[in-house]
Amino acid sequence: MAQVEGPALSPIEAAAPRRRRRFGDSVFRGGSALVAIGLILLLFAILGLLLAQGSEAFRKFGLSFLTGTNWNPVAGRQSFGALPFIFGTMVTSAIAIVLAVPVSVGLALLLSEMPSGWFRNPLAVLVDLLAAIPSVIYGLWAFFVLVPVFDRHVDPFLAHSLGRIPILGALFQIPAANKGGGPGGNLFIAGVVLAVMILPIVTAVTREVVSIVPRELREAAMALGATRYEVIKMSVLPYARSGIVGATMLGLGRALGETIAVAMVVGNGLLIGPSLMRHGYTIPAVIANEFREAATGDHRSALLALAAILVVIALIMAALSRLLVGRTEQVVTAGLAVPEEDVLRAAMGEEE
Amino acid sequence: MEVSGLNAWFGDHHVLKDVHMEAGERTVTAIIGPSGCGKSTLIRCLNRMHEEVRGARVTGKVLFNGTDVYAPETDPVEVRRRIGMVFQRPNPFPTMSVMENAVAGLKLGGRLSKSELRQRGEYALRRAGLWGEVKDRLDQPGGRLSGGQQQRLCVARALAVEPEVLLMDEPASALDPSSTLRIEELVEELKDSVTVIIVTHNMQQAARIADWTTFMLNGEVVEADVTEKIFTAPADQRTEDYVTGRFG
Amino acid sequence: MTDVAAPTFAPLGTGVGTARKIKNRAFTAGLWICGGLAMLPLLFIATYVIERGLKALSINFFLKTPGIPGQPGGGIAEAFVGTAIIVGIMAVIAVPLGILTAVYLSEYGRGWFASTVRFVAEILLSTPSIVAGAFIWAVVVVRLGAFSGFAAALALCVLVWPIITRATEEVLRLVPQELREGALALGIPRWKVILRIVIPTAGAGIFTAVMLAMARGLGETAPVLLTALGNSFMTVNPSGPMDSLSLRVYVDAQSSYSLDVVQAWAGAFCLLVIVLGLSIGARVIAARQLRRTR
Repeated sequence: MAQVEGPALSPIEAAAPRRRRRFGDSVFRGGSALVAIGLILLLFAILGLLLAQGSEAFRKFGLSFLTGTNWNPVAGRQSFGALPFIFGTMVTSAIAIVLAVPVSVGLALLLSEMPSGWFRNPLAVLVDLLAAIPSVIYGLWAFFVLVPVFDRHVDPFLAHSLGRIPILGALFQIPAANKGGGPGGNLFIAGVVLAVMILPIVTAVTREVVSIVPRELREAAMALGATRYEVIKMSVLPYARSGIVGATMLGLGRALGETIAVAMVVGNGLLIGPSLMRHGYTIPAVIANEFREAATGDHRSALLALAAILVVIALIMAALSRLLVGRTEQVVTAGLAVPEEDVLRAAMGEEE
Repeated sequence: MEVSGLNAWFGDHHVLKDVHMEAGERTVTAIIGPSGCGKSTLIRCLNRMHEEVRGARVTGKVLFNGTDVYAPETDPVEVRRRIGMVFQRPNPFPTMSVMENAVAGLKLGGRLSKSELRQRGEYALRRAGLWGEVKDRLDQPGGRLSGGQQQRLCVARALAVEPEVLLMDEPASALDPSSTLRIEELVEELKDSVTVIIVTHNMQQAARIADWTTFMLNGEVVEADVTEKIFTAPADQRTEDYVTGRFG
Repeated sequence: MTDVAAPTFAPLGTGVGTARKIKNRAFTAGLWICGGLAMLPLLFIATYVIERGLKALSINFFLKTPGIPGQPGGGIAEAFVGTAIIVGIMAVIAVPLGILTAVYLSEYGRGWFASTVRFVAEILLSTPSIVAGAFIWAVVVVRLGAFSGFAAALALCVLVWPIITRATEEVLRLVPQELREGALALGIPRWKVILRIVIPTAGAGIFTAVMLAMARGLGETAPVLLTALGNSFMTVNPSGPMDSLSLRVYVDAQSSYSLDVVQAWAGAFCLLVIVLGLSIGARVIAARQLRRTR
């Protein structure tokens, strides 16, 4: 990538007739700079507004905002304990990470370490297309196709098998509260859907990270007589470790903020318990479901405070992953359907 | 080791043309030639590293102790265990300590006790002439050593698995002169226990350490003979031109 | 250095033990399983959406607005119109903003200010879409007291602006510096060089970037939900509540009427076709460009 670094005004420009240069250029340069400032202002506005609301909520509701479990927006009985949402957000994101990261890393290794195959390109394209699918379609499919399957087969199966393990089994027990109505869906299935949704991003970033591993390191392992698995274990994974963590954080950030698909399959339950199979709720979901009826200022600022929590965590994740992974990858977080740089370079006529 | 009828390609680019070469047991054989003549490719074919590059292809035979390395039943992984390699740029594993690097190859093979690993590691480091300098720093990351030390660490790592042949692809070209000298001394010492095949762009180096020298040009072996003869009375005109510095 | 005591070791095995071979095979198999797992969701989703969606398509679907709930014969025409308006406004605002920011970064930006802008753009890229929606909701909708298509467009701009900026900056950087210098040497003022030469050269790349940003904007539901609320009636007035395709699908999917659900699948089908079409189209354009210059 040719770095466009150099003096702002080339000597050629400096020699141009002064008046013409100054006017057109200043206008253009000033204008674009103004726009760029606008971007910064936008960020400050978002953070400012949300943080202001957040601190207001804390003033009004105190620490119980975070720790309380009673969320009742009905006027006259208002109480805003947001723990169920925080809990649900963390749980669904955790499930998503646990399920998605191993598959993503495996996929990334498959795409980059396996001897060239016919499958490489099509598979890579398919995975990237996964990122382009709108979340409402994920939600639609998950609700009508996955939820019945899970309710009827997967959940009971897990409850009977993994549910028997002491302590850990409590995760998979089906709570009695589930039976008898309420929207379908639970934390577990929301986590599964999230896992599918973050797969493309984590895979793409991991691929980038793995491709940076120097060839010499791989060759060093190979020359010692290592099998493919051993080469990966010895030279690729240790080197890519921090990058993979960064990729995980990017995925986590994405999972935290996902609203629509989760809202459709999380079950909208406010109780907290050890089981993953119970109806749950997440921060984005409650914002989406309740904003309409947020008539009172209190309700509104509670919702916005939740948004503030969300954005702060998401930004921290983004910053951390940037540290661990570096700059190029960020383009992938936009959730675009193609590996940006490749496509853009190609569009510019550069060889891949 | 014996190479016969070896041809190699990078995609459509025919890099090695019908190469024949021999390397006797416990000798040092040098491969010299101008850059681009294919000497690196040749040596990488000996332990089946060439084929790991995308689009690379090899035909021909490489006989190692009588068996063809490229026979369909042969597992390249096994080949590389018995034919070790040291690369142009030192490549110790950055996340491993000095000792871990030295025994990295041993850990692959199977159950060796910790003490045995340590003993073998120490032995390999001694053979590589590095023990004295690192014995107090065995737990430090391999990347912290100087260039010359790193390369000797790579030699130790390669030696630890007790290969019968050690391939060296311009092992000193990235090093400073004193480290280069150390490496050359090392090769001299190793000669008694390992067959060494070394690629070098430095003719004088070949003259100093090799028993046998092979001269390559444009993917073909032009001449191969006792080192002294190559440098004092070469049979081929091209060889003479090269060793007298008329080109390359 | 030559005082190497050669301790007697048991000879090392030279073969590759079966344990290692098995581990290698198992690992490779594991990788393939990951590959398979990754393919499944896309195939499943596509299959279901296509199958159920196609069945529900009809002329009415495209031309009519939702009728009496539960009665057949309705459509989601207002969603298509609404989407066009919302995304249209979004494009009109975000594309120039995004490109100008990118121009500043690539053509003028040096030093701490440009780095800050870049950093900010990266941060904004990771903003959850609901946060963008909540922001505009609080600032525009609540203030003005009305949900509007315009607000939805603004919310989408928040999401799309950094995308366009980031992608366009990358593309502009690919334009060779010699091109700029050659033009400057002819005495053309810098701003003309950028406008008339650099940007057109990067044209295909910018177009691709915009296509991808559009795909993103079309697929987002949460920001539109919070700002435009949705509408069951046809409207072209962006200052009032509006419907969008993704929002319609969301609402229909949760309806208790099975006809609405059927409609949701149809809407999902259209949405999928459009979004994937844009994404694949961008790739195809890029590939064709590549072929042309080879």
